[in-house]
Amino acid sequence: MRRSLLFLPGNNPGNVQSGGLFGADAVVLDLEDAVAPAEKDAARDLVAAALQTVDYGMCEKFVRINSLDHNGARDIRVIVPCGPDVILLPKIESPAEVVEQVKLIKAAERPGQKPVVVMAVMETPIGVVRAYDIAISDPRVTAISLGAEDYTATMGLTRTKEGQEIFVPRATIANIASAAGVDCIDTPFTDVNDPEGLLADTLLAKSLGYQGKVAINPRQIDTIHQAYAPTETEIRWAQRVVEAVEEGKRKGSGVVAVGGKMIDPPVVARASRTIDMAIALHLVEGA
Amino acid sequence: MSKQGQAGTLESNDIHIIVKEGVPGSGISIDLTSTVLLPYGDAIRTSITDVCNSFQVKDIEVTAMDKGALDCTIRARMQTALRRCGLIQEV
Repeated sequence: MRRSLLFLPGNNPGNVQSGGLFGADAVVLDLEDAVAPAEKDAARDLVAAALQTVDYGMCEKFVRINSLDHNGARDIRVIVPCGPDVILLPKIESPAEVVEQVKLIKAAERPGQKPVVVMAVMETPIGVVRAYDIAISDPRVTAISLGAEDYTATMGLTRTKEGQEIFVPRATIANIASAAGVDCIDTPFTDVNDPEGLLADTLLAKSLGYQGKVAINPRQIDTIHQAYAPTETEIRWAQRVVEAVEEGKRKGSGVVAVGGKMIDPPVVARASRTIDMAIALHLVEGA
Repeated sequence: MSKQGQAGTLESNDIHIIVKEGVPGSGISIDLTSTVLLPYGDAIRTSITDVCNSFQVKDIEVTAMDKGALDCTIRARMQTALRRCGLIQEV
């Protein structure tokens, strides 16, 4: 599950060492925007050391590196052998950028190391236009995302809580991720003191097809998880669908209906996903 | 004038380290202050010495002000300070 990706500044030891304690599905140790230019080397050393010694529990370990024109290759050489799960590639505008960085990642991996996958973040209009080619540029691309702050800055748009200004690229990225068979992770909601706004924003992202959302403060994690947890009604509906399908199979009936509505394969798939999520969250017992 | 490098901060969970290239044969000297000096002073000194040894740094003066840093932070800050002092190379 990648419901929540908690960003932590890579040069803050307190944050880096406690990242696994907040209950996020993933931590993103940030070497890019959260680190002052003069401290990039220190952050790189700290994150490298933390990856080798800090227990992040069940959290997936992401590291956001700098772009290649800002010492990203050095980030890769130092960080990758330390065993992150995912390298987050910022400001991606072309498939070639992904291919080049994956090549560097492969070269930096230790023999026998679990392959490090990548998440590409599109932060400009041209990046969004090329997002499908980027998403399929290499099998190591596991997820894509929209960087809304840089995107709107490039477009000269004002960011709002409602997010109308990013609706099109947001929906585009979700559609492309599905077409490419990769996850899509939603851009952060930047007001950490507005849980209602965060919930609404996360529900919108979920409705568009996003599997998760970036959190910029541990306080946002529970709200994001709340948005992604199936409701009791959704779980009951999913269970009825699965039961009806099983019943139909036993009776040899080709057509199944629940509540007067025909159940076809996409509906069954949606019900199965809901039950899988409910099981994973211990909301129901597994079979 | 001998070269100098520093890394880290005086914030909680961090350690501020200043390293100064020592004269040949002077060895590794460590001036340590720490909020947890009594229980962990020896361990911190060992970590600092380990990093020097791993990079074959033999003569160095280290001034460290610890604010409860974990071992991985101590080692990372020490490595950064040595590099900024020009005693170890970039990867």
